[in-house]
Amino acid sequence: MPDPRSAASSGVEAEPSPAPRPAAEPLLRVENVVKRFPISRGIIFKRQIGQVHAVEGVSLEVPRGETLGLVGETGCGKSTLARCITRLYPLTSGRVVLDGTDISTLSRRQLRRHRRQMQMIFQDPYGSLNPRRRVGSIIGDPLAIHHVADGAGRKRQVQELMEVVGLNPEHYNRFPSEFSGGQRQRIGVARALALRPSLIVCDEPVSALDVSVQAQIINLLEDLQGEFGLTYLFIAHDLAVVEHVSDRVAVMYLGKIVEMAAVRDLFSSPRHPYTVALLSASMIADPDRARSTHRVVLAGDVPSPINPPSGCLFHTRCPKAQPICSVEAPALTVQAGDLAGHVTACHFPVAPGEQMRGAEAEVRQAAADFAAAPLGEAVEGAG
Amino acid sequence: MSLTPLETGLPPLEEASEVAELGSARAIEGRSPLWLALARLRTDRMAFLAAGAIILMALLAIFAPLISAATGHDPLNPNLLTGTNSFGQPLGPGQGGYILGTDNVGRDILVRIAYGARISLLVGVLSTVIASVAGTIIGVIAGYYGGWIDAVLARLMDTVLSFPYVLLAIVLASVYGPSLSLTIGVIAFFSWAAIGRIVRGQTLSLREKEYVEAARSLGAGNLRIMFVEILPNLVAPVIVLGTLLVPTAIVFEATLDYLGVGVGPPTPTWGNMLADAQGSGFQDWWFWIFPSLTLLITTLGFNLLGDSVRDALDPRTERIFAMRRKSGRGGADGADQEAEERLLGEAQPG
Repeated sequence: MPDPRSAASSGVEAEPSPAPRPAAEPLLRVENVVKRFPISRGIIFKRQIGQVHAVEGVSLEVPRGETLGLVGETGCGKSTLARCITRLYPLTSGRVVLDGTDISTLSRRQLRRHRRQMQMIFQDPYGSLNPRRRVGSIIGDPLAIHHVADGAGRKRQVQELMEVVGLNPEHYNRFPSEFSGGQRQRIGVARALALRPSLIVCDEPVSALDVSVQAQIINLLEDLQGEFGLTYLFIAHDLAVVEHVSDRVAVMYLGKIVEMAAVRDLFSSPRHPYTVALLSASMIADPDRARSTHRVVLAGDVPSPINPPSGCLFHTRCPKAQPICSVEAPALTVQAGDLAGHVTACHFPVAPGEQMRGAEAEVRQAAADFAAAPLGEAVEGAG
Repeated sequence: MSLTPLETGLPPLEEASEVAELGSARAIEGRSPLWLALARLRTDRMAFLAAGAIILMALLAIFAPLISAATGHDPLNPNLLTGTNSFGQPLGPGQGGYILGTDNVGRDILVRIAYGARISLLVGVLSTVIASVAGTIIGVIAGYYGGWIDAVLARLMDTVLSFPYVLLAIVLASVYGPSLSLTIGVIAFFSWAAIGRIVRGQTLSLREKEYVEAARSLGAGNLRIMFVEILPNLVAPVIVLGTLLVPTAIVFEATLDYLGVGVGPPTPTWGNMLADAQGSGFQDWWFWIFPSLTLLITTLGFNLLGDSVRDALDPRTERIFAMRRKSGRGGADGADQEAEERLLGEAQPG
């Protein structure tokens, strides 16, 4: 699709990258990041009675100009990881290296400089814009905070940004409430773009939007990536969205990455039982293909992150679990027969072409029992 | 979900460039929440009435010297020659050119009430402004930082609110002597905590908003978050509280003056006029009825205005407007009603 923004963006050129780095150095390197939230009880004498294991030793790399998709169920620690990377939360342990600098231990003041390189787009386009402030000043915020421009210069830059993200620059003085959800998310994108960052952490940027608007925002993000050479860490729970935007995909479960691979590789030959179940649960738009696809149903709920299971975190729900799984946590390694860069944390990875059976029979039986039991009526086709 | 048919493009962009080509420099002004509130306030008849009463009192206060000059009656000097009858008794309303009568020493009650309005409004507004600013700042700091700062400030507010303020005012007045600035200070000191407590509570919820997190991720410091992100969201509740605090402060001032620990004689205030009227009973009813009436009208005016302002600032009270519309107007003026509905429809929650 021809880029409609090329004409509009004449004044908004991407800055040349500040310092040439060796090609091997990824823009973002996350090493063994752990985030635990203490749970305390008592009003005056607070004592810690436990902790939520939100992120448990995540390591990943995002090369410059690429998009890493991060998927997982609600509550698996995706957003916590994003907030650890952007230093909205302090890390319990681990390192976040952005463009060669370890930002995990920087003080607030030192961090300010590095924030220019790393911006965030939030999930909720309603909550993330201050309802009492005009859109122009919201988008101009990063410019004001980092003393990039002020007065007429700031206004001009903000209006250029509004044009770049497809907003009418005339609406500079409007309030967020006067925009639709999609337009609001464009405001969020413009704000993230204002300082020409190299990395944008997108925390479920489209999951609060209508499907038709989702497509517009995703296209916008992709166009901007091409135009400004952006690197994305893209968090979502919609697999179709992740498949569309990502170069590589990491799958998270209970605060750990269980599988990570190039997007085509992961979607064509998933190895971790959880990934298999996750992919089989996503909707397929083609009814013929959908009929022939086997859906893996997982038993039970996600265990509590306050008291995570021993060994492999997934063993409580895994249809392939063996005794060793509850004892020893598998390492995230390249499995036999996989391409380089496809890593899986599993003792018994699913072989390509293997038909994994989950708890389908049990679930079906339970459904039939439930249908039959309460009123004693015969339910046709329940089996 | 399929993501392939994405050739929809970005309609607002074309529109934008078109507008830019037309060379129209006119920026589209958004309707600020306060603008909308003002528009809602304009449809409220009670607010008009209340504002009218307050404006009347303000005019009385502003033109007090003019009233004094026009009538030729001094507010301070006793006037036993023409201000009392041949028996040395005060004149009733309408007698001898005194519209509201005279007091025991022959001073014009109308002139004294006009001068009293100056004190009442000055003390009411000024102490409220001081209390609002102090309460907002302290409340935001307590709510935003939390932890031990919050614990200390919250206890301080509780202490102030539970203090026997009249007692303290009497002690201070006896130490420093009664004065206007002391009165304002005392009232402000005992009023800020009421605002501080509400502001603190609001800040506790505001600081968890995603836009505060967004500001932090942009690198905004604590001060910027407090004043740029949180404060604009507190304007509405502080305005409402402030409007409702003014009548409290006016009554407070009258109380202190009645007890003789406020501004103090010879300055005429509604409070010390009431104190002078003590014991006059039904005989000289104009001594106490007029200061009481002005006090009542002023406080009632501020209270009703405060209620209207609250309704106007909080779009969730649309229900109240709808009810008022239904019962009060009976659909007589459809156009007006339509305009109001359109207005309210634009208001957003939050």
